[in-house]
Amino acid sequence: MTHVNANRSKIKKYRACAVQKTAQALQESFPEDRMGESLFLKDPHRLLEDWLSAGWRVIAPLLRDGALVPDILHDPEELPRGVTDRQSPGSYRLEPGASTRWFEAVVGPQGWKRWLHPPERKLWSARRDAAGFEVTPEAEEWPATIFFAVRPCDLAAIARQQEVFRRAGDPAYAARRAATRIVAVNCGRSAETCFCASMQTGPRAQAGYDLALTEIADGLLLEIGSEDGTALLDARALPAATDAQVREAARLIEAAAASQTRAMPPDIAERLTEVADSPRWEQVASRCLHCTNCTAVCPTCFCTDVTDRTSLDGAMAERWQRWDSCFSPDFSYLHGGPLRRRAAARYRQWMTHKLSNWHTQFGSSGCTGCGRCITWCPVGIDLVAEARALAKGE
Amino acid sequence: MIEPIRIPSALLPRRFRVVVNCPELSDVSTLSILPLDGTQTSGKPGQFNMLYAFGVGEIAISISGNPADTDTLLHTIRNVGAVSGALCGLREGAMLGLRGPFGTPWPVEAQAGRDLVIIAGGLGLAPLRPAILQALSMRSALRSLSLVVGARSPSQILYPAQLADWAGSGALRISLTVDRATPGWTGMVGVVTTRLERALEGCDPANVSAFVCGPEVMMRHSCQALEDLGVPAACQWISMERNMKCAVGSCGHCQFGPDFVCRDGPVFRWDRIGARLRIREI
Repeated sequence: MTHVNANRSKIKKYRACAVQKTAQALQESFPEDRMGESLFLKDPHRLLEDWLSAGWRVIAPLLRDGALVPDILHDPEELPRGVTDRQSPGSYRLEPGASTRWFEAVVGPQGWKRWLHPPERKLWSARRDAAGFEVTPEAEEWPATIFFAVRPCDLAAIARQQEVFRRAGDPAYAARRAATRIVAVNCGRSAETCFCASMQTGPRAQAGYDLALTEIADGLLLEIGSEDGTALLDARALPAATDAQVREAARLIEAAAASQTRAMPPDIAERLTEVADSPRWEQVASRCLHCTNCTAVCPTCFCTDVTDRTSLDGAMAERWQRWDSCFSPDFSYLHGGPLRRRAAARYRQWMTHKLSNWHTQFGSSGCTGCGRCITWCPVGIDLVAEARALAKGE
Repeated sequence: MIEPIRIPSALLPRRFRVVVNCPELSDVSTLSILPLDGTQTSGKPGQFNMLYAFGVGEIAISISGNPADTDTLLHTIRNVGAVSGALCGLREGAMLGLRGPFGTPWPVEAQAGRDLVIIAGGLGLAPLRPAILQALSMRSALRSLSLVVGARSPSQILYPAQLADWAGSGALRISLTVDRATPGWTGMVGVVTTRLERALEGCDPANVSAFVCGPEVMMRHSCQALEDLGVPAACQWISMERNMKCAVGSCGHCQFGPDFVCRDGPVFRWDRIGARLRIREI
C-alpha cells in the first residue's frame, strides 16, 4: 500500500510540475516537432490516466493467474511493477523483480492475437422463415483502443497477421487494427526463451508503433513513431531525454540482444524444403503431445475452423469462427479421415509452414522469435533446437 | 479520441434457390440454382463455390455447368457427409447459401493450336465439364480434343447422356474405361492410364496439353504416364482437393506445402506441384 501511495504522490508532483510549464516551454516541446526525438517520462501512470479519462480502452499486460496477460486496464494502479519472469522450455514463473521496474517481465502466454483475431467470432446468423432463411451480419463494435506495452516481437506478429487477413480479403483484422493505437516497449531484458534478435524483430521495435518506451534506470524514454502517437500526447510537455539517457537505453537493448542464447539458423526457410523425409520429424513427434499449446500461444498462428450452432428448434443458425490448430488430426480431414494421420506429419506441417512456407505465402517468416512455443510446450520441445537439428540434417 | 468502429462482416453467403435437383448416380445429385438477388454468379471452368446448407454447414463444390450459359449455375455433389447430404437432399424451391466463385481456372483458352487431352476419374468429370464445354465452343481453334473417362464401374459413370451426345457429335474423341465391368459392359476395363497412349494417337506429345481431375493417386499416375509419353510437365494441369473452410486463404486448412488450394488452386500446373504430391501426408 505504501508503495502505491508513494506512486500517487509522485504522479501529483509530476502533474504540478507539468502545469507550471510556460506556454513558451510548451511550444518548444510540442510533440509534433518531436518525431524521432527521445523524450523522457518518469513513469507511465499519467499517460494511462489521461487516456482512460479521455475514453480510450487501454489493454495492457496485467497479472492474471500468475501470468502477464493483455487485458483491459481500468486503473493505472493495475499495471504490475517490480515483476520479472523466469522462462525456460516448458516453464514460466513470475517472480519479484527490481521494485522500480515496470517492464522487466517480457512476453506472457498470450500475445495481442486474442484481441485482434479473437479465439471465437460470430460471423453471422440466419433465421429460418417461410421463404427459406434470412442472413444477418454480426454487428461487432470495437472501441477506440490503446495496446499498451507491446513487445517488438509482438509488434512484428501483429503486422504479419494483418498481412494474412489482408490477402484473404477479411476486413475485420485491419479494421480493429486501424482503430487501435500501439505503445511499444523495447526490451531491456530477454527471457531465456527469447530469440527475436535472430529473427530481426527485436529487441528494439522497428515499425508499426505510435509510441515506444524504453525503460532506463530513472524512468522511461519515449519515442513518437507516428502522427497518431503525437495525438496521443496532445501538446503534452515532456522534457527531452539527455544524451546519456539515450545511450543508456541503446546499451540496455543491445545487451538484451546479446544475452539471447537461442538463434534460428538463418537459412532455415530453404533447409526445411529439403528435409521432408527426415527421421527427425518422427523423433520430435514421439515427444510431442499434440496438445496444440504452441499454436494457441503463437502470436502469428491464424488458422480457424468454422462451425454452425443451431437452436434446439432448428429455427436459428449461427456461423462461428474459432481458432483451430494444425496439430489436431481433424484439421486435415478429407474423405472420411485426416490427411496428416501421423503426428510427425502434423509437426512438420506446423514448423514448415511457420519457418518456410510463410515466406512464399506472405513474404516474411511466420516466426517472430517470441519464444512462447518453447516456454508453453508442456514437454519443453524447443523450436530453435529442432530447427537447428533439421538444418544440420540430423 | 477516435469513435468506436463497426467491424465489417466477412464470409457472408448470398442466398440462392434450387431450381432443379437432378439425380445423377445413386449418391450424386446436380443442383441447378438461381440467386435471390437476381445477379447470377459467373465462374470460370475449374472454379468452385462454397455452398451452405442452413444450420448444417458449408462445403466447397466445383462449378459443373456450361460457362457460356450464364443464367444457369450447376453444382454436382456427392453425398458423403452431413453438409453434402443436406445439399443433395434439397428439393426444388429450397434455399441455400453461396459464396464464390473462388480459385484458379482450367486455362482452356490458352490451349488454342494444341492437342487437348482431358482425363477424368469418377466425380472428377464434374469440375472438368465446364472446361470440356468451353473447349467444344472453341473446337476449331484446337488441333484436337480428346476425353478419357474412368469410373469404378459402369453405373458410376457420370453424365452418361452427355457423354453419348459428345461422342455422337464427333467433335471430340472419347475413351471410357471402368475398373470393374458388370454384365452388359462391352467397353474397356482398366485404369485411365492404360488409355492414354491411344488418346495421344496422331499427336506430337510436345503439342499436347492435359487437364486431369480425379482421385489424387489417379492424377499422380496419369501425369507421370503423360510425362513418360513425352507430354511436358508444364503442359499438364490437375485440380486438387483439400479440406476448405474459408476459401479465401485465411483458415489454413487447405494448405498444400506453400500453396493454399482454395486460392493458389484448385487447378495447379503439374510441374509446380508434382514433386510435392509424392511427399507422404504433406
